[in-house]
Amino acid sequence: MSENITTLTDATFDEQIGSAATPVVVDFWAEWCGPCKMIAPILSEIADEQAGALTIAKLNVDDNPDVARRYGVMSIPTMIVFKDGEEVSRVVGAKAKGQLMADFQPFL
Amino acid sequence: MSDSTTIRNVIIIGSGPAGLTAAIYTARANLEPLLIEGEPSSTSDQPGGQLMLTTEVENFPGWPDGIMGPELMSRFREQALRFGTAIETAKVSRVDLSASPFGVWVGDPTTPEPTYRAKAVIVSTGAQSLMLGLPEESRLLGHGLSTCATCDGFFFRDHDIAVVGGGDSAVEEALFLTKFARTVTIVHRRDELRASKIMRDRAMANEKIRFAWNSTVTAIHGENTVEGMTLADTITGEQRRLDVAGVFVAIGHRPNTDLFVGQLDLEENGYLITHSGSLTNVDGVFACGDVQDHVYRQAITAAGSGCMAAIDTERWLEANGH
Repeated sequence: MSENITTLTDATFDEQIGSAATPVVVDFWAEWCGPCKMIAPILSEIADEQAGALTIAKLNVDDNPDVARRYGVMSIPTMIVFKDGEEVSRVVGAKAKGQLMADFQPFL
Repeated sequence: MSDSTTIRNVIIIGSGPAGLTAAIYTARANLEPLLIEGEPSSTSDQPGGQLMLTTEVENFPGWPDGIMGPELMSRFREQALRFGTAIETAKVSRVDLSASPFGVWVGDPTTPEPTYRAKAVIVSTGAQSLMLGLPEESRLLGHGLSTCATCDGFFFRDHDIAVVGGGDSAVEEALFLTKFARTVTIVHRRDELRASKIMRDRAMANEKIRFAWNSTVTAIHGENTVEGMTLADTITGEQRRLDVAGVFVAIGHRPNTDLFVGQLDLEENGYLITHSGSLTNVDGVFACGDVQDHVYRQAITAAGSGCMAAIDTERWLEANGH
């Protein structure tokens, strides 16, 4: 996993999302989810390429059910884009890198 | 991106058990295969194939305690890489199979020159899940409607949910979902399951599983998330509502053969026709795995046919003086 990826938990979520200096993409994932594993290396690449412009954060739904429930996540991978602490966009399902970047681009 | 004058020995399209086995064999035979593995997706075909969306695989020989589907596929991939397979993560957008060397495009299909050329092509594009064909499906996918029990089952803890279908994959999903859900109703258009006996017995013995026999889904309800569905009785035509928070679709598969229409012979149901092992109607084009098999459709049969395609390719290249 890229050093540029932040790990969030139920306990740290609000503070870290609220105080983020850049837009944050939160990847809701779990160990048992095949498509989550497929996109993990892509998100690592994006985290490195967009360092300073976009933060990629991961939230394990097994260990942190509260945040997943609060945002009504019903399918993983789900990637929610937060700007100034507010949800501005949501991507459900695994996609190719180009498609994911196209989804994130408007918020950079 | 590529040197279009280079003609490769073999390109393998698709990266499930069939494609990766073909890669392992052709790589070990020093054919330096290029495997075009597809692109990540949760809703259609994806690298690693259908096993990427499953949990425990109990019937793959060599894994007496079972192995998770995605884990098994990452091991296949590792083994293909070990012998020097080149892997590109992209979707093939067009093929020209009129004569060897064949053309394969990724990205823009309208460019006159193909991205790659190869003396032989192995088609292992597999099959993907069928959807119900209801207009509300695209709106509710990921919001209670799912084609991936392993991805989404977790979110239905203590809810009532339904699985549509009656084959092995439907029963497997239903059994998996009982770990989370309060009840799982299997909605099936016949009055008995098509699944194998071991799976049928497990389903019948599971207290959380109910059955809606002779039923088809005519609508899924819910504005933002799934709230229920309308079932029609296939005999009386009577309609009734089933309140569920989740609907998992496992009604079968369709082969990924759109790329080959008009170039390779297809059966009426869309599957590729192979003969004498893995041969297609085009000399130098071979096919393996679920794209040409609607009968067995197992990881092990796909892997076996991938091996056949690799050996057929090697012999064909040799016989043709390559």
